[in-house]
Amino acid sequence: MVQVERGLRYTRTHEWVKVEGDIATVGVSDFAQSELGDITYLELPQPGTQVKQGEPMGVIESVKAASDIYSPVSGEVIEANQAIVDAPEKVNQSPYGEAWLVKIRLSDPAEVEKLMDAAAYEQFLAEEAAAHS
Amino acid sequence: MSGLKQTPLVERHQQLGAKMVEFAGWYMPVQYKGIIVEHQTVRTIAGLFDLGHMGQLEIRGPDALAFLQYVTPNDVSRLSAGEAQYSMLLYPSGGVVDDILVYYHPSGDRYFVVVNAANTEKDVEWLQEQKERRSDFRVEVTDVSSRTGMLAIQGPMAETILQRLTPSDLSAVEYFHAIEAEVASVPAMVARTGYTGEDGFELYCAIESVIVLWDRLLEAGTPHGMLPIGLGARDTLRLEACLPLYGNELSPEITPLEAGLSWVVKFDKGDFIGREALLRQKSEGVPRKLVGFKMVERGGVPRSHCEVQVEGNTVGFVTSGTTSPTLRENIGLALISREYAGIGRPLDVVIRGRPVRAEQVKTPFYKRTR
Repeated sequence: MVQVERGLRYTRTHEWVKVEGDIATVGVSDFAQSELGDITYLELPQPGTQVKQGEPMGVIESVKAASDIYSPVSGEVIEANQAIVDAPEKVNQSPYGEAWLVKIRLSDPAEVEKLMDAAAYEQFLAEEAAAHS
Repeated sequence: MSGLKQTPLVERHQQLGAKMVEFAGWYMPVQYKGIIVEHQTVRTIAGLFDLGHMGQLEIRGPDALAFLQYVTPNDVSRLSAGEAQYSMLLYPSGGVVDDILVYYHPSGDRYFVVVNAANTEKDVEWLQEQKERRSDFRVEVTDVSSRTGMLAIQGPMAETILQRLTPSDLSAVEYFHAIEAEVASVPAMVARTGYTGEDGFELYCAIESVIVLWDRLLEAGTPHGMLPIGLGARDTLRLEACLPLYGNELSPEITPLEAGLSWVVKFDKGDFIGREALLRQKSEGVPRKLVGFKMVERGGVPRSHCEVQVEGNTVGFVTSGTTSPTLRENIGLALISREYAGIGRPLDVVIRGRPVRAEQVKTPFYKRTR
Protein backbone atom coordinates (compact mmCIF):
# COMPACT_ATOMS: atom_id res chain seq x y z
CA MET A 1 0.00 0.00 0.00
CA VAL A 2 1.37 3.44 -0.85
CA GLN A 3 2.09 5.85 1.99
CA VAL A 4 0.46 9.26 2.25
CA GLU A 5 2.36 11.34 4.79
CA ARG A 6 0.23 13.39 7.18
CA GLY A 7 0.73 17.14 7.43
CA LEU A 8 1.71 17.61 3.79
CA ARG A 9 -0.28 19.09 0.91
CA TYR A 10 -0.59 17.22 -2.39
CA THR A 11 -1.23 17.94 -6.07
CA ARG A 12 -3.25 15.90 -8.55
CA THR A 13 0.07 15.34 -10.36
CA HIS A 14 1.46 13.65 -7.21
CA GLU A 15 3.86 16.25 -5.86
CA TRP A 16 3.88 17.04 -2.13
CA VAL A 17 4.66 20.29 -0.42
CA LYS A 18 5.53 21.10 3.17
CA VAL A 19 5.21 24.74 4.19
CA GLU A 20 7.30 26.32 6.95
CA GLY A 21 6.87 30.11 7.11
CA ASP A 22 7.19 31.35 3.53
CA ILE A 23 9.35 28.40 2.43
CA ALA A 24 7.84 25.36 0.70
CA THR A 25 9.76 22.10 0.49
CA VAL A 26 8.64 20.03 -2.52
CA GLY A 27 8.93 16.37 -3.43
CA VAL A 28 7.01 13.62 -5.22
CA SER A 29 4.63 11.27 -3.44
CA ASP A 30 5.14 7.62 -2.62
CA PHE A 31 2.47 6.86 -5.21
CA ALA A 32 4.46 8.76 -7.87
CA GLN A 33 7.70 6.91 -7.17
CA SER A 34 5.88 3.59 -7.08
CA GLU A 35 4.17 4.25 -10.42
CA LEU A 36 7.43 5.33 -12.07
CA GLY A 37 9.46 2.42 -10.73
CA ASP A 38 13.27 2.58 -10.52
CA ILE A 39 14.14 6.27 -10.79
CA THR A 40 17.40 6.94 -12.59
CA TYR A 41 17.41 10.62 -13.56
CA LEU A 42 16.27 13.98 -12.18
CA GLU A 43 16.36 17.44 -13.68
CA LEU A 44 15.60 20.19 -11.17
CA PRO A 45 15.32 23.98 -11.58
CA GLN A 46 18.35 26.02 -10.54
CA PRO A 47 18.16 28.34 -7.51
CA GLY A 48 16.85 31.70 -8.69
CA THR A 49 14.35 30.17 -11.13
CA GLN A 50 10.83 31.58 -10.90
CA VAL A 51 8.23 28.80 -10.93
CA LYS A 52 4.44 28.94 -11.25
CA GLN A 53 1.86 26.71 -9.63
CA GLY A 54 0.85 23.84 -11.94
CA GLU A 55 3.61 24.41 -14.48
CA PRO A 56 6.48 22.00 -15.26
CA MET A 57 9.64 22.79 -13.33
CA GLY A 58 11.65 19.60 -13.76
CA VAL A 59 11.82 16.07 -15.07
CA ILE A 60 11.91 12.70 -13.36
CA GLU A 61 12.84 9.57 -15.30
CA SER A 62 12.73 5.91 -14.43
CA VAL A 63 14.02 2.92 -16.38
CA LYS A 64 10.69 2.74 -18.18
CA ALA A 65 9.33 6.29 -18.44
CA ALA A 66 9.89 10.03 -18.23
CA SER A 67 7.55 12.38 -16.43
CA ASP A 68 7.37 16.13 -15.77
CA ILE A 69 7.53 17.49 -12.24
CA TYR A 70 4.96 20.27 -11.75
CA SER A 71 5.48 23.04 -9.28
CA PRO A 72 2.81 22.82 -6.56
CA VAL A 73 3.26 26.52 -5.72
CA SER A 74 4.50 29.77 -7.27
CA GLY A 75 7.67 31.51 -6.17
CA GLU A 76 11.44 31.48 -6.43
CA VAL A 77 13.51 28.33 -6.15
CA ILE A 78 16.01 28.95 -3.35
CA GLU A 79 17.59 25.49 -3.20
CA ALA A 80 17.71 22.30 -5.28
CA ASN A 81 18.68 19.02 -3.63
CA GLN A 82 21.93 18.19 -5.42
CA ALA A 83 22.42 15.04 -3.34
CA ILE A 84 19.25 13.57 -4.83
CA VAL A 85 20.25 14.50 -8.39
CA ASP A 86 23.40 12.43 -7.82
CA ALA A 87 21.45 9.53 -6.25
CA PRO A 88 17.96 9.57 -7.79
CA GLU A 89 17.18 6.06 -6.50
CA LYS A 90 16.66 7.72 -3.08
CA VAL A 91 13.34 9.02 -4.43
CA ASN A 92 12.19 5.38 -4.45
CA GLN A 93 13.54 4.74 -0.96
CA SER A 94 12.51 7.89 0.89
CA PRO A 95 10.10 10.07 -1.10
CA TYR A 96 8.96 12.13 1.91
CA GLY A 97 12.30 12.30 3.70
CA GLU A 98 15.77 12.54 2.25
CA ALA A 99 14.40 12.83 -1.28
CA TRP A 100 12.95 16.32 -1.16
CA LEU A 101 13.61 18.01 -4.49
CA VAL A 102 13.52 21.81 -4.16
CA LYS A 103 12.75 24.59 -1.70
CA ILE A 104 10.66 27.47 -3.00
CA ARG A 105 10.07 30.92 -1.46
CA LEU A 106 6.30 31.36 -1.79
CA SER A 107 5.09 34.38 -3.71
CA ASP A 108 1.43 33.64 -2.88
CA PRO A 109 0.98 31.58 0.30
CA ALA A 110 -2.79 31.42 -0.29
CA GLU A 111 -2.13 29.01 -3.20
CA VAL A 112 -1.28 26.27 -0.72
CA GLU A 113 -4.94 26.19 0.34
CA LYS A 114 -5.91 25.02 -3.17
CA LEU A 115 -3.89 21.81 -2.67
CA MET A 116 -5.25 18.60 -1.18
CA ASP A 117 -4.50 17.60 2.39
CA ALA A 118 -3.50 13.99 3.16
CA ALA A 119 -7.08 12.77 3.57
CA ALA A 120 -8.22 14.38 0.32
CA TYR A 121 -5.20 12.99 -1.52
CA GLU A 122 -5.90 9.48 -0.21
CA GLN A 123 -9.45 9.85 -1.47
CA PHE A 124 -8.12 11.09 -4.83
CA LEU A 125 -5.81 8.05 -5.12
CA ALA A 126 -8.69 5.70 -4.33
CA GLU A 127 -10.86 7.31 -7.00
CA GLU A 128 -8.05 7.14 -9.55
CA ALA A 129 -7.50 3.46 -8.78
CA ALA A 130 -11.21 2.74 -9.17
CA ALA A 131 -11.33 4.57 -12.50
CA HIS A 132 -8.49 2.43 -13.86
CA SER A 133 -9.66 -0.99 -12.76
CA MET B 1 -8.58 -3.02 -18.16
CA SER B 2 -11.60 -4.61 -19.77
CA GLY B 3 -11.32 -5.91 -23.32
CA LEU B 4 -7.73 -6.99 -22.80
CA LYS B 5 -6.64 -10.58 -23.27
CA GLN B 6 -5.32 -12.39 -20.21
CA THR B 7 -3.08 -15.40 -19.72
CA PRO B 8 -4.19 -18.11 -17.25
CA LEU B 9 -1.57 -16.70 -14.85
CA VAL B 10 -3.12 -13.27 -14.33
CA GLU B 11 -4.22 -14.04 -10.75
CA ARG B 12 -0.79 -15.43 -9.93
CA HIS B 13 0.79 -12.17 -11.10
CA GLN B 14 -1.59 -10.11 -8.99
CA GLN B 15 -0.92 -12.28 -5.93
CA LEU B 16 2.80 -11.75 -6.48
CA GLY B 17 2.23 -7.98 -6.37
CA ALA B 18 2.79 -7.32 -10.05
CA LYS B 19 2.08 -3.98 -11.60
CA MET B 20 -0.13 -4.87 -14.56
CA VAL B 21 -0.21 -2.94 -17.83
CA GLU B 22 -1.66 -3.18 -21.30
CA PHE B 23 0.84 -4.62 -23.76
CA ALA B 24 -0.08 -5.50 -27.36
CA GLY B 25 -3.71 -6.00 -26.35
CA TRP B 26 -2.79 -8.14 -23.32
CA TYR B 27 -3.00 -7.47 -19.59
CA MET B 28 0.53 -8.34 -18.54
CA PRO B 29 2.91 -7.82 -15.59
CA VAL B 30 5.40 -5.01 -16.28
CA GLN B 31 7.20 -5.53 -12.97
CA TYR B 32 6.86 -7.30 -9.63
CA LYS B 33 9.62 -6.06 -7.29
CA GLY B 34 11.18 -3.55 -9.67
CA ILE B 35 12.83 -3.57 -13.06
CA ILE B 36 16.41 -3.19 -11.83
CA VAL B 37 16.29 -5.94 -9.19
CA GLU B 38 14.51 -8.28 -11.62
CA HIS B 39 17.06 -7.50 -14.32
CA GLN B 40 20.00 -8.18 -12.01
CA THR B 41 18.40 -11.39 -10.74
CA VAL B 42 18.23 -12.76 -14.31
CA ARG B 43 21.87 -11.76 -14.90
CA THR B 44 23.09 -13.41 -11.67
CA ILE B 45 20.60 -16.15 -10.71
CA ALA B 46 17.47 -16.80 -12.79
CA GLY B 47 14.07 -15.37 -13.60
CA LEU B 48 10.70 -16.80 -14.59
CA PHE B 49 8.63 -15.17 -17.34
CA ASP B 50 5.00 -15.63 -18.37
CA LEU B 51 5.09 -15.31 -22.16
CA GLY B 52 1.47 -16.28 -22.69
CA HIS B 53 0.97 -13.24 -24.91
CA MET B 54 3.32 -14.59 -27.59
CA GLY B 55 1.71 -16.28 -30.59
CA GLN B 56 2.38 -19.80 -31.83
CA LEU B 57 1.60 -21.26 -35.24
CA GLU B 58 1.86 -24.80 -36.56
CA ILE B 59 2.88 -25.36 -40.16
CA ARG B 60 2.09 -28.85 -41.48
CA GLY B 61 1.78 -30.64 -44.77
CA PRO B 62 4.00 -32.17 -47.44
CA ASP B 63 5.14 -28.71 -48.58
CA ALA B 64 5.65 -27.18 -45.14
CA LEU B 65 9.40 -26.84 -45.72
CA ALA B 66 9.05 -25.37 -49.22
CA PHE B 67 6.42 -22.92 -47.94
CA LEU B 68 8.60 -21.75 -45.04
CA GLN B 69 11.57 -21.41 -47.41
CA TYR B 70 9.42 -19.10 -49.54
CA VAL B 71 8.00 -16.93 -46.72
CA THR B 72 11.18 -16.57 -44.60
CA PRO B 73 14.70 -15.36 -45.52
CA ASN B 74 16.66 -17.84 -43.36
CA ASP B 75 17.41 -21.36 -44.61
CA VAL B 76 14.86 -23.68 -43.01
CA SER B 77 16.35 -26.71 -44.82
CA ARG B 78 19.30 -26.50 -42.41
CA LEU B 79 17.05 -27.43 -39.48
CA SER B 80 16.92 -30.98 -38.19
CA ALA B 81 14.01 -32.08 -36.01
CA GLY B 82 14.47 -30.41 -32.63
CA GLU B 83 16.34 -27.37 -33.90
CA ALA B 84 15.31 -23.73 -33.85
CA GLN B 85 16.17 -20.79 -36.05
CA TYR B 86 15.69 -17.03 -35.71
CA SER B 87 14.00 -15.69 -38.82
CA MET B 88 11.45 -13.23 -40.18
CA LEU B 89 8.48 -12.76 -42.40
CA LEU B 90 9.28 -10.12 -45.02
CA TYR B 91 7.25 -7.97 -47.39
CA PRO B 92 8.30 -7.91 -51.05
CA SER B 93 9.84 -4.49 -50.20
CA GLY B 94 12.26 -6.19 -47.80
CA GLY B 95 10.52 -4.56 -44.82
CA VAL B 96 9.59 -6.79 -41.92
CA VAL B 97 6.13 -8.29 -41.26
CA ASP B 98 7.43 -9.87 -38.04
CA ASP B 99 10.50 -11.45 -36.53
CA ILE B 100 9.93 -15.06 -35.58
CA LEU B 101 11.43 -18.24 -34.20
CA VAL B 102 11.04 -21.31 -36.41
CA TYR B 103 11.28 -24.70 -34.69
CA TYR B 104 11.42 -27.93 -36.57
CA HIS B 105 9.36 -29.76 -33.95
CA PRO B 106 11.26 -32.54 -32.13
CA SER B 107 8.57 -34.97 -33.35
CA GLY B 108 9.65 -34.19 -36.93
CA ASP B 109 6.04 -33.96 -38.13
CA ARG B 110 5.60 -30.18 -38.20
CA TYR B 111 7.14 -26.76 -37.88
CA PHE B 112 6.29 -24.60 -34.89
CA VAL B 113 6.60 -20.86 -35.31
CA VAL B 114 6.66 -18.36 -32.44
CA VAL B 115 5.56 -14.84 -33.31
CA ASN B 116 5.10 -11.50 -31.54
CA ALA B 117 1.89 -10.95 -29.59
CA ALA B 118 0.97 -7.77 -31.44
CA ASN B 119 1.53 -9.43 -34.82
CA THR B 120 -0.12 -12.83 -34.39
CA GLU B 121 -3.29 -12.05 -36.36
CA LYS B 122 -1.40 -10.09 -39.01
CA ASP B 123 1.08 -12.95 -39.47
CA VAL B 124 -1.64 -15.59 -39.82
CA GLU B 125 -3.43 -13.47 -42.42
CA TRP B 126 -0.17 -12.82 -44.24
CA LEU B 127 0.70 -16.51 -44.34
CA GLN B 128 -2.81 -17.47 -45.52
CA GLU B 129 -2.54 -14.87 -48.30
CA GLN B 130 0.79 -16.24 -49.48
CA LYS B 131 -0.61 -19.74 -49.40
CA GLU B 132 -3.61 -18.73 -51.52
CA ARG B 133 -1.41 -16.84 -53.96
CA ARG B 134 0.66 -19.98 -54.44
CA SER B 135 -1.94 -22.73 -54.52
CA ASP B 136 0.74 -25.33 -55.32
CA PHE B 137 1.81 -25.36 -51.68
CA ARG B 138 0.15 -28.25 -49.86
CA VAL B 139 0.44 -26.75 -46.42
CA GLU B 140 -1.73 -26.00 -43.44
CA VAL B 141 -1.17 -22.99 -41.18
CA THR B 142 -2.87 -23.21 -37.77
CA ASP B 143 -2.87 -20.58 -35.05
CA VAL B 144 -2.42 -22.58 -31.83
CA SER B 145 -1.78 -19.55 -29.58
CA SER B 146 -4.99 -19.93 -27.60
CA ARG B 147 -4.20 -23.49 -26.60
CA THR B 148 -0.47 -23.01 -25.99
CA GLY B 149 1.12 -21.86 -22.75
CA MET B 150 4.61 -20.34 -22.92
CA LEU B 151 7.02 -19.69 -20.06
CA ALA B 152 10.71 -18.85 -19.98
CA ILE B 153 13.30 -19.50 -17.31
CA GLN B 154 16.43 -17.48 -17.96
CA GLY B 155 19.71 -16.94 -16.14
CA PRO B 156 22.86 -18.78 -15.08
CA MET B 157 20.89 -21.02 -12.65
CA ALA B 158 18.10 -21.80 -15.15
CA GLU B 159 19.39 -25.27 -16.06
CA THR B 160 19.97 -26.27 -12.42
CA ILE B 161 16.46 -25.20 -11.41
CA LEU B 162 14.68 -26.70 -14.41
CA GLN B 163 16.66 -29.95 -14.11
CA ARG B 164 15.09 -30.58 -10.70
CA LEU B 165 11.69 -30.89 -12.39
CA THR B 166 12.50 -33.14 -15.34
CA PRO B 167 14.05 -36.58 -15.89
CA SER B 168 15.40 -35.44 -19.29
CA ASP B 169 19.10 -34.49 -19.38
CA LEU B 170 19.09 -30.74 -20.01
CA SER B 171 22.87 -30.51 -20.28
CA ALA B 172 22.50 -32.41 -23.56
CA VAL B 173 20.20 -29.74 -25.01
CA GLU B 174 22.36 -27.37 -27.05
CA TYR B 175 21.68 -23.69 -27.72
CA PHE B 176 18.76 -23.28 -30.15
CA HIS B 177 17.77 -26.94 -29.75
CA ALA B 178 14.52 -28.29 -28.32
CA ILE B 179 13.33 -31.55 -26.81
CA GLU B 180 10.00 -33.01 -25.76
CA ALA B 181 10.14 -33.56 -22.03
CA GLU B 182 8.00 -33.95 -18.95
CA VAL B 183 8.49 -30.99 -16.62
CA ALA B 184 6.75 -31.41 -13.27
CA SER B 185 4.89 -34.27 -15.01
CA VAL B 186 3.60 -31.80 -17.63
CA PRO B 187 4.36 -32.72 -21.25
CA ALA B 188 6.26 -29.78 -22.73
CA MET B 189 8.58 -28.70 -25.48
CA VAL B 190 11.72 -27.40 -23.81
CA ALA B 191 13.96 -25.19 -25.95
CA ARG B 192 17.32 -23.67 -25.09
CA THR B 193 16.37 -20.25 -26.41
CA GLY B 194 15.58 -16.87 -24.91
CA TYR B 195 15.49 -13.12 -25.16
CA THR B 196 17.72 -11.98 -22.32
CA GLY B 197 21.34 -12.58 -23.32
CA GLU B 198 21.58 -15.29 -20.65
CA ASP B 199 21.50 -19.06 -20.85
CA GLY B 200 18.02 -20.40 -20.35
CA PHE B 201 14.97 -22.17 -21.66
CA GLU B 202 11.61 -21.44 -23.19
CA LEU B 203 8.84 -23.93 -22.41
CA TYR B 204 5.69 -24.63 -24.37
CA CYS B 205 2.83 -26.68 -22.96
CA ALA B 206 -0.93 -27.14 -23.17
CA ILE B 207 -2.61 -23.99 -21.89
CA GLU B 208 -4.40 -26.04 -19.17
CA SER B 209 -1.02 -26.99 -17.68
CA VAL B 210 0.64 -23.60 -17.58
CA ILE B 211 -0.45 -22.74 -14.03
CA VAL B 212 0.95 -25.93 -12.54
CA LEU B 213 4.15 -25.50 -14.55
CA TRP B 214 4.53 -21.90 -13.32
CA ASP B 215 3.88 -22.90 -9.70
CA ARG B 216 6.35 -25.77 -9.74
CA LEU B 217 9.05 -23.69 -11.45
CA LEU B 218 8.59 -20.87 -8.95
CA GLU B 219 8.76 -23.37 -6.05
CA ALA B 220 11.92 -24.92 -7.45
CA GLY B 221 13.62 -21.59 -8.16
CA THR B 222 12.67 -19.52 -5.14
CA PRO B 223 15.18 -21.21 -2.78
CA HIS B 224 17.91 -20.21 -5.25
CA GLY B 225 16.73 -16.59 -5.29
CA MET B 226 14.89 -16.80 -8.60
CA LEU B 227 12.21 -14.14 -9.14
CA PRO B 228 9.26 -13.72 -11.48
CA ILE B 229 10.20 -11.15 -14.14
CA GLY B 230 7.96 -8.62 -15.84
CA LEU B 231 8.01 -7.12 -19.29
CA GLY B 232 10.00 -4.11 -18.05
CA ALA B 233 13.10 -6.15 -17.27
CA ARG B 234 12.50 -8.33 -20.32
CA ASP B 235 13.00 -5.16 -22.37
CA THR B 236 16.14 -3.93 -20.56
CA LEU B 237 17.65 -7.44 -20.72
CA ARG B 238 17.07 -7.81 -24.45
CA LEU B 239 18.31 -4.28 -25.15
CA GLU B 240 21.61 -4.81 -23.30
CA ALA B 241 22.05 -7.97 -25.37
CA CYS B 242 21.05 -6.02 -28.54
CA LEU B 243 18.25 -8.43 -29.43
CA PRO B 244 15.85 -6.60 -31.75
CA LEU B 245 12.28 -5.74 -30.77
CA TYR B 246 9.65 -5.62 -33.49
CA GLY B 247 8.17 -2.12 -33.70
CA ASN B 248 11.49 -0.63 -32.55
CA GLU B 249 14.47 -2.07 -34.42
CA LEU B 250 12.33 -3.87 -37.02
CA SER B 251 9.27 -2.64 -38.90
CA PRO B 252 7.73 -2.58 -42.38
CA GLU B 253 10.02 0.42 -43.05
CA ILE B 254 13.24 -1.19 -41.80
CA THR B 255 14.96 -4.08 -43.59
CA PRO B 256 16.97 -6.80 -41.84
CA LEU B 257 20.09 -5.52 -43.65
CA GLU B 258 19.65 -2.08 -42.08
CA ALA B 259 19.00 -3.65 -38.69
CA GLY B 260 22.35 -5.46 -38.83
CA LEU B 261 20.67 -8.83 -39.24
CA SER B 262 22.06 -9.77 -42.66
CA TRP B 263 23.06 -13.14 -41.19
CA VAL B 264 19.35 -14.02 -41.20
CA VAL B 265 19.13 -13.47 -44.97
CA LYS B 266 20.40 -16.44 -46.99
CA PHE B 267 20.42 -15.16 -50.58
CA ASP B 268 21.81 -18.46 -51.89
CA LYS B 269 18.99 -20.68 -50.64
CA GLY B 270 16.59 -19.93 -53.53
CA ASP B 271 13.64 -17.60 -53.94
CA PHE B 272 11.87 -16.03 -50.98
CA ILE B 273 9.61 -13.04 -50.46
CA GLY B 274 11.73 -9.89 -50.21
CA ARG B 275 14.81 -11.41 -51.85
CA GLU B 276 14.86 -9.14 -54.90
CA ALA B 277 14.49 -5.94 -52.89
CA LEU B 278 17.16 -6.99 -50.41
CA LEU B 279 19.57 -7.99 -53.19
CA ARG B 280 19.08 -4.57 -54.73
CA GLN B 281 19.62 -2.87 -51.39
CA LYS B 282 22.76 -4.91 -50.83
CA SER B 283 24.25 -4.07 -54.23
CA GLU B 284 23.32 -0.38 -54.04
CA GLY B 285 24.61 -0.12 -50.48
CA VAL B 286 22.46 -0.18 -47.36
CA PRO B 287 21.47 3.45 -46.66
CA ARG B 288 21.02 3.19 -42.90
CA LYS B 289 22.74 1.33 -40.11
CA LEU B 290 21.64 0.34 -36.62
CA VAL B 291 24.26 1.52 -34.14
CA GLY B 292 24.70 1.28 -30.39
CA PHE B 293 25.43 4.40 -28.36
CA LYS B 294 25.86 5.55 -24.79
CA MET B 295 25.08 9.01 -23.49
CA VAL B 296 28.24 10.88 -22.48
CA GLU B 297 26.47 14.03 -21.29
CA ARG B 298 23.79 14.47 -18.62
CA GLY B 299 20.41 15.33 -20.09
CA GLY B 300 18.11 12.36 -19.67
CA VAL B 301 17.36 8.87 -20.83
CA PRO B 302 17.19 8.27 -24.61
CA ARG B 303 13.84 6.78 -25.68
CA SER B 304 12.54 5.32 -28.94
CA HIS B 305 11.68 7.96 -31.57
CA CYS B 306 14.12 10.54 -30.17
CA GLU B 307 15.73 12.36 -33.08
CA VAL B 308 19.46 11.82 -33.66
CA GLN B 309 21.61 14.67 -34.99
CA VAL B 310 25.16 15.26 -36.13
CA GLU B 311 26.24 18.92 -36.16
CA GLY B 312 22.62 20.02 -35.99
CA ASN B 313 21.42 17.89 -38.92
CA THR B 314 18.95 15.03 -38.49
CA VAL B 315 20.70 11.76 -39.33
CA GLY B 316 18.26 9.23 -37.84
CA PHE B 317 16.31 8.25 -34.76
CA VAL B 318 16.58 6.21 -31.60
CA THR B 319 14.91 2.79 -31.92
CA SER B 320 15.29 1.79 -28.23
CA GLY B 321 16.86 3.40 -25.20
CA THR B 322 17.03 2.94 -21.46
CA THR B 323 19.16 3.21 -18.37
CA SER B 324 21.20 0.00 -18.46
CA PRO B 325 20.91 -1.72 -15.09
CA THR B 326 24.16 -3.63 -15.73
CA LEU B 327 26.27 -0.72 -17.00
CA ARG B 328 24.47 1.98 -14.99
CA GLU B 329 24.68 4.17 -18.07
CA ASN B 330 22.10 5.53 -20.47
CA ILE B 331 22.29 3.46 -23.63
CA GLY B 332 20.38 2.98 -26.84
CA LEU B 333 20.20 1.79 -30.40
CA ALA B 334 19.70 4.22 -33.28
CA LEU B 335 19.03 3.83 -36.97
CA ILE B 336 21.22 6.42 -38.69
CA SER B 337 22.54 7.30 -42.17
CA ARG B 338 25.40 4.99 -42.86
CA GLU B 339 28.01 7.73 -43.39
CA TYR B 340 27.75 8.80 -39.73
CA ALA B 341 28.14 5.30 -38.31
CA GLY B 342 31.36 4.29 -36.59
CA ILE B 343 32.45 3.21 -33.13
CA GLY B 344 33.68 6.20 -31.15
CA ARG B 345 31.98 8.75 -33.40
CA PRO B 346 29.65 11.30 -31.78
CA LEU B 347 25.88 11.62 -32.08
CA ASP B 348 23.48 14.06 -30.45
CA VAL B 349 20.24 12.60 -29.14
CA VAL B 350 17.46 15.18 -28.88
CA ILE B 351 15.87 14.74 -25.45
CA ARG B 352 13.03 17.16 -24.58
CA GLY B 353 14.14 19.45 -27.40
CA ARG B 354 17.80 19.59 -26.38
CA PRO B 355 20.64 17.79 -28.23
CA VAL B 356 22.50 15.68 -25.69
CA ARG B 357 25.89 14.23 -26.57
CA ALA B 358 26.26 10.48 -27.12
CA GLU B 359 29.06 8.30 -28.43
CA GLN B 360 28.75 5.22 -30.61
CA VAL B 361 29.96 2.07 -28.88
CA LYS B 362 30.51 -1.57 -29.72
CA THR B 363 27.47 -3.83 -29.46
CA PRO B 364 26.14 -5.81 -27.73
CA PHE B 365 26.26 -3.70 -24.58
CA TYR B 366 26.31 -6.90 -22.54
CA LYS B 367 27.64 -10.34 -23.36
CA ARG B 368 27.67 -13.15 -20.84
CA THR B 369 31.12 -14.47 -20.02
CA ARG B 370 30.45 -18.18 -20.26
